[in-house]
Amino acid sequence: MKPPPFEFHRAHSALEASRLLAELGENAKLIAGGQSLVPMMNFRLAHPAALVDINALSDLDYIRREGDVLAVGALTRHRTVETSRDAAVHDGFGVLPRAARWIGHRPIRTRGTVGGSLAHADGAAEWCMLARLFDAQIRLLSTRGERLASIDTWFQGFLGNDAEPDEVVTEVRFRRPRAFGALSEFAQRAGDFAAAAAAVAFDLEQGRVTRLGLVLGGVSTEPLLVEEAAELADGESPSDSLFRRVAEVAVAAADTDTYRRHLISTLVQRALREALAAEETSRG
Amino acid sequence: MLRGEGTFVDDIHRDALHVAFVRSPVASGWVREIDTAEAAAMPGVVGVFTGADLGHPTLTAVLDRPEFVPTAMPMLAADKVRFAGEPVAAVLAESRYAAEDAAEAVWIEIEELPAVVDIEDNARVEVPVHDVAEDGVLLDLQMFLDPDLETTMSQAALVLDEQFSFGRVAASPMEARACLVEWAPRDEQIVVHISTQIPHQVRSGIAQALRLPERCVRVVVPDVGGGFGVKTVLGREEVVVAALAHKLRRAVRWTEDRQEHLMAAFHGHEQRFHVRAAFDSTGSMLALDADIRVNVGAYSAYPFSLGVEPLMAASEMPGVYKVGKYSARGRGYASNKAPTAPYRGVSRPQIVFVMERLMDKAAAALGLDRIDIRLRNTIADTDFPYTGPNFVTYEPGSYVEALQRCVTEVERAGWATRKQDATDGLLRGIGIINFSERTAFGTSVMGMRKMPMTPGFEVAHVRMDPTGHVTLTSGTLGHGQGHETSFAQVVADRLGLTPDQVKLRQGDTDLAAFGWGTWGSRSLVVGGGAAARAADELAGKLRAIAGEIFGVEPHRIVLADGLASVDDKPEANVEIAALAAFAHFQSHQVNVNDSQLLEGRGSFDPPGMFSNAAHAAFVEVDPGTGGVRVTDYIVVEDCGVVVNPLIVDGQVRGGVAQGIAAALYEEISFSPEGQPLSVNFMDYLVPTACEIPKVQIHHLQTPTDLSVLGAKGMGEGGTIGAPVAVATAVNDALAGHGQDFDRIPILPEHIVERLGAARIAGPAEAKEAR
Amino acid sequence: MKDIHLVTMTVNGTEREMAVESRKTLADALREDLRLTGTHVGCEHGICGACTVLVDGEPVRACLLFAVQVDGRSVRTVEDLAQDGELSDLQQEFSRCHALQCGFCTPGFLMLAEGYLASDPDPSESEVREVLSANLCRCTGYEGLVEAVCATALRRRQTP
Repeated sequence: MKPPPFEFHRAHSALEASRLLAELGENAKLIAGGQSLVPMMNFRLAHPAALVDINALSDLDYIRREGDVLAVGALTRHRTVETSRDAAVHDGFGVLPRAARWIGHRPIRTRGTVGGSLAHADGAAEWCMLARLFDAQIRLLSTRGERLASIDTWFQGFLGNDAEPDEVVTEVRFRRPRAFGALSEFAQRAGDFAAAAAAVAFDLEQGRVTRLGLVLGGVSTEPLLVEEAAELADGESPSDSLFRRVAEVAVAAADTDTYRRHLISTLVQRALREALAAEETSRG
Repeated sequence: MLRGEGTFVDDIHRDALHVAFVRSPVASGWVREIDTAEAAAMPGVVGVFTGADLGHPTLTAVLDRPEFVPTAMPMLAADKVRFAGEPVAAVLAESRYAAEDAAEAVWIEIEELPAVVDIEDNARVEVPVHDVAEDGVLLDLQMFLDPDLETTMSQAALVLDEQFSFGRVAASPMEARACLVEWAPRDEQIVVHISTQIPHQVRSGIAQALRLPERCVRVVVPDVGGGFGVKTVLGREEVVVAALAHKLRRAVRWTEDRQEHLMAAFHGHEQRFHVRAAFDSTGSMLALDADIRVNVGAYSAYPFSLGVEPLMAASEMPGVYKVGKYSARGRGYASNKAPTAPYRGVSRPQIVFVMERLMDKAAAALGLDRIDIRLRNTIADTDFPYTGPNFVTYEPGSYVEALQRCVTEVERAGWATRKQDATDGLLRGIGIINFSERTAFGTSVMGMRKMPMTPGFEVAHVRMDPTGHVTLTSGTLGHGQGHETSFAQVVADRLGLTPDQVKLRQGDTDLAAFGWGTWGSRSLVVGGGAAARAADELAGKLRAIAGEIFGVEPHRIVLADGLASVDDKPEANVEIAALAAFAHFQSHQVNVNDSQLLEGRGSFDPPGMFSNAAHAAFVEVDPGTGGVRVTDYIVVEDCGVVVNPLIVDGQVRGGVAQGIAAALYEEISFSPEGQPLSVNFMDYLVPTACEIPKVQIHHLQTPTDLSVLGAKGMGEGGTIGAPVAVATAVNDALAGHGQDFDRIPILPEHIVERLGAARIAGPAEAKEAR
Repeated sequence: MKDIHLVTMTVNGTEREMAVESRKTLADALREDLRLTGTHVGCEHGICGACTVLVDGEPVRACLLFAVQVDGRSVRTVEDLAQDGELSDLQQEFSRCHALQCGFCTPGFLMLAEGYLASDPDPSESEVREVLSANLCRCTGYEGLVEAVCATALRRRQTP
């Protein structure tokens, strides 16, 4: 299980990384944490001709509040998000640090990056689900300039994304903060990829649910946004019976096997309850 | 070890060539072409070898009985491939990286055939796995047949007719297999550094396959990173590496990677049972009829053969119970899966599962208590020595006491109260089971299998140097069981020394004359027994010399605290170290030691003896996810005299962890085409610290006079009891919801499926549902 | 053509320089080029954790990191735990608690625990279990490992 040969390059800026990608051609890949890419190389399921290491881009390691947007630099490690404690930054996005603990194990979280996870575009990955939940934009840089990609069109089939081969993910911009949020998932063994997962976020106005977002993981190649859920819950009081109805809508939307449908039902209800119980610095 | 200074095979630094194997991508097919030209021309590649290039070496594991069909295992498949992952060619290169590059470039054309995945597929395929066995049956032995069994069945108050089955599992030690073979021209030897449990059998196998005298093969075993049975057989990859080193007169190495290990090393435990059991209305078992069918995979592993699992299951099935009339048939079926090898427990996890489930089923059918029905059928203290219908004689154990003690400990731990807790929606269950295991099989028992190589005895050698320190050699091969400690303790006690003055040397076939390695819970009993006898012989020589010095009979010399002293005159003493120097350097003054040196040789070959244990598991089942957690575990075990409690407890805990793994987590699953699907640690779920609970251990000690130390073997018991203890607890938790589980592993989707109509959404959801 | 890079890293306090092919993992570079064979390779896909080492103080999988990526960084391996021949407190507790049998996974667990205790000196037993679940052991059933890490934490808190 040794990786195939590749040319190694180190980029010192995002622009340089993009230039290298353009020069090296389509078989070149960026490497950040490498926690998904390197196992695939060791199994020889990925044969990149060249790797461009962007770990030197420390200016992309940040969590920043910009009004209603939480901007997370692409090179921010999972562990950094997990341990960040600044309530002012996370106000309305408190689910992010709480959800980070679900990602693999400690040594994986110290290496893996938020941008790398989005680029890997695994529909069951926590950051991909949360990006969908918070209607994120992905900031991409290339020699042609910068653009913001929408999460709606980001996922392109199995482990595919909307970036051009020479575009570098520099930032993930989480939007639409909400006071309540949670991510719930189930894996048979601690720290493993989830068999299924559910992420929710909502606000309460005069005790009634509003702006509910619900995203499912592990049921499709991309995180599945259950749009019907928002409609159903809007203006309702949070209750176990509402949560059960939301779960029913989620199950109906998930095209998967009987077991996963059952799991989805459970996880959606648990996520909603956990969100409601979670200590948040409320906005709504 | 703690300093990172352990030496495993891959840690040995040599200027060696690296091997990567080209493996069959399909489960079954005719090999039409192997094109190695492109690979051979790649940078760093020394050569690419097929079976033809090596003269088609094979190994054949045989049982000398008409019910057995011998099949040869080619070291590299040539005409036909029989499982996905089977080695077809070997690439030799300057680094493992380069070897793997070239392995990818070897072109194999295979005409794929329908695969035998399930044993029933044997009846469906046109081309059998082996031509010599059209029906796929490689062993069919009606081991026991009671002529009156059917009559008893027809008259019984209750006859259970049940099916049980078990998933295929992999031992998967943290260090997979590895070997480094070098040529030593001065000694005319190939020196095989290998991670194995059976150094001398590796020597025999390599010598046979390469047609060499055994003295031309020296096997040296460094630290071994776990074995659990998968290293009690000789792998074909290991023979190929030896063949290449011998052919090229170069050092050659291969370190198995995890994917190779899970895909193409040896598996185990894929068995199914059709069992009928008759009971009277009071719950006494009257008759037992077992049809045992084992999916043994594509080949018979050397040296144990495919008979290991079916024969063990048929001969040991009754266990701690008096079963009445007994019939048992064991069959081994070929399939297009990796071959099987002994894996910790060897069929005992399965037969104990079957017997314990039968007890629960009979209790339910007859309205009896689950413990009472066990006690009613258990071999009692007054029955010993007890000879069962399987012609096995059981020496005294604590079968009844262990179960009763286990029940007491469960009560003390308050499990019954905790089980009633329904506030969080989790379902809770308790499993209590009882079993025995035969350990330390000697030649008299192994001989019944009719292997041309019949294992069982051990020989040990001790020698004292002029400083009074002792070197002990043994043919057993400790690898984490603490042999260095326990063997030293056994020898030191007999010589009046401290354990640090005794050094165990093992794993070198040029150092220890012969032996059968470490497996089958045998080492301390058989190897330790031989060591004790060797030490006794040496002690006799020391006593004779000291007796001569002090002018007393040898038996009056006491060896203790580093001194040889006269029993009733302790002031008449000599340091053992001084005695050792005297015997070596002043031998002209010694008249009683004709053999000159201070050494002793001992051998031991017990028939085997039974350890026993009762286990209890407490589980929590989450109906919302199907997740099961074993939260508490209790073991009451009796392995006779406990030589070292820390080591015994470590073996129990590790064994229980592997048993829990088999019950809830691990399975090598296959696609319908015969592709193994769980060939990495993401899919093959070896449990972590979060899945394995603390294990509370209690010891009972029923010494045996069948072993020198009064100890019985105990390396496998944890693995044997845990699967059914856990499954029973899960069935208990889900009582009233659908059919009980009679197959392992029990996975979350099975739990959810079983809860089916009675589905409860989950802990808190459940509250609402009520 | 092999893609060879000259790499400098501080390993166990000493600056080491080596020429490595870009695809060589840190685990293989430590073992083969620097002959620090205490770091073991158990799965090569980041699950078993036998190859865990500290890079700049953080526990990482050495099988998922290319040596060339560690240029200019600091690496600590199991060989650095014992000082002046004396076992560290963590190693002593591993021995006392029977936290190892075959010893193959031990270096990975030691480095995982070493990195963990440095950042979380006062963990609960369940936190210790969760962190140790990053690595696999096939022999011990984990009890001794959990005990040893908890005992070390206690010792360190008592002797500042």
